[in-house]
Amino acid sequence: MIAWLTDPFALQFMQRALVASLIVGVLCSVIGTFVVLRAMAFLGDALAHAILPGVAIAYLLGADLLLGALVAAVLVAVGIGVFSRRGGLKEDTAIGILFAAALALGVVLMSTVRSYATDLTHILFGNVLGVTAGDLWIIGILAAIVLVVLVLFFKEFQLASFDPVLAHMLGKRPEVLRFTMLILLALTIVVSLQTVGVGLVAAMLVTPAATAYLLTRRLAAMMAVSAVVGAISSVAGLYASYYLDVASGAAVVLIATAAFLLAYVFAPRRGLVARRAARRAA
Amino acid sequence: MTGGGTTSLALEGVTVTYGGRPALDDVTMSIPHGSQVAIVGPNGAGKSTLFKALVGLLPVRSGRVRMHGREPGGQTDPIAYVPQREEIDWGFPVTVHDVVMMGRYGRLGWFRRPAAADRQVVARCLDELGIAELEKRAIGELSGGQQQRVFLARALAQEPHVLLLDEPFTGVDASAREALLRILARLRERDITVLVSTHDMETAAQRFELVALLNRRLVAYGSPASVFTPEHLTAAFGGQALFLDGMVVIDQCCPGHVGDGEEHRHSHEPHADPR
Repeated sequence: MIAWLTDPFALQFMQRALVASLIVGVLCSVIGTFVVLRAMAFLGDALAHAILPGVAIAYLLGADLLLGALVAAVLVAVGIGVFSRRGGLKEDTAIGILFAAALALGVVLMSTVRSYATDLTHILFGNVLGVTAGDLWIIGILAAIVLVVLVLFFKEFQLASFDPVLAHMLGKRPEVLRFTMLILLALTIVVSLQTVGVGLVAAMLVTPAATAYLLTRRLAAMMAVSAVVGAISSVAGLYASYYLDVASGAAVVLIATAAFLLAYVFAPRRGLVARRAARRAA
Repeated sequence: MTGGGTTSLALEGVTVTYGGRPALDDVTMSIPHGSQVAIVGPNGAGKSTLFKALVGLLPVRSGRVRMHGREPGGQTDPIAYVPQREEIDWGFPVTVHDVVMMGRYGRLGWFRRPAAADRQVVARCLDELGIAELEKRAIGELSGGQQQRVFLARALAQEPHVLLLDEPFTGVDASAREALLRILARLRERDITVLVSTHDMETAAQRFELVALLNRRLVAYGSPASVFTPEHLTAAFGGQALFLDGMVVIDQCCPGHVGDGEEHRHSHEPHADPR
């Protein structure tokens, strides 16, 4: 049994994959609490797809892919922030247009390359086994930045998410906080690029946090439970991919989804069973 | 027409536009320190707009708002605002204690965590509203009356000079309404100026010393007896006001808000003419 657990990680690339998966699992799940509470799931998904052209350009120029993604993500985050403030279009319409166009642009750019199919698959669904030591450093540093900002401004983010009106009255600048959150979200998506990929990052942002939402009654606790669900799913997904020879990113997402379904049915207060029992008692 | 005492809050020709149209037009009124004012008027009369302008959520197009003779918004003269129930996300994972502590955030710097003094204020406010034992409960698990007291406790934790309550009598039962009126009576002794917007004309007439009748413009302002006259009510409500010998009936279709998920309902609120 022990051997079954340790065997996969005798290989160095598997060790790197484990560290990367854990970082991404925890990071996505923690920031995901705000994505769930502020109903930004669609925005997160759009942001993920919108960085594809950046990755493609970096790829064509032979530059670092993460760097390309980083630049594109921050640009798009700024763009969405500006778009949604100027008004004119409803936010989800603006996001829908931006996101489909960016995806198309990314695919067009990538299709000029001969090894297009494989490379595109890696970007869309991640290639956690290909994480290099250098990638690990970037992932670690970006993740640390995001988590430190979230901890430092925890009380402001909590206030602005729950009651932007009070945040405004108390001089806490909710629009600045929302913009900061967009940038943090962009950084998180860049970090996730290599493990779960553009196509599945939205699931990692939403599913563990939604699971935690059903199980907790305070924001800090929701973040902690979400992080644990994200971490366990990430590791379990890696084992699944090693032993069953399936795509790791997709395995991670499916395991997180299974955790969500369990919570949805059995959560003490908000679960299906508990709610039904409460209704019968009432 | 505002009686004695110093002025706490003054509006001088305040005009606020909302979506290009004037929602408040040239409103001038001065509110004595420590008084309690009911703001009444038909739907869309600008009751909520007035509050949003007072807390700085909507820009004042022309005219000005003065608190103790100065521009509001400083940390020294805080205005606390209790929003309408449907503006709050009751599923948000926060406890009663968390919500009340948010009232202290304005006094806390960006990186500062609440200190012992803040926790004392929170404990005192929870006590005062009789919800100390609910401290650790999630806000979504409470009854409507309890939820309202949580937000009142939060407002008091801000240690405000002016308290704005947006439709506090809507969606709560009679006992919760009486509990709120008892709390307001206690606030009167502490010289907190209170503005309450409401559809409940009867409560406004019987339980408040000052009433402001609003319909974009300020139709009338003063004691209930001077405000609730057939002329004023016709000016504010138009055809919605019906006068039957000695009684005024106001047909307020759909109190509450469009889109609040409630069925449209008619409430015929008979209201004894104060004359």
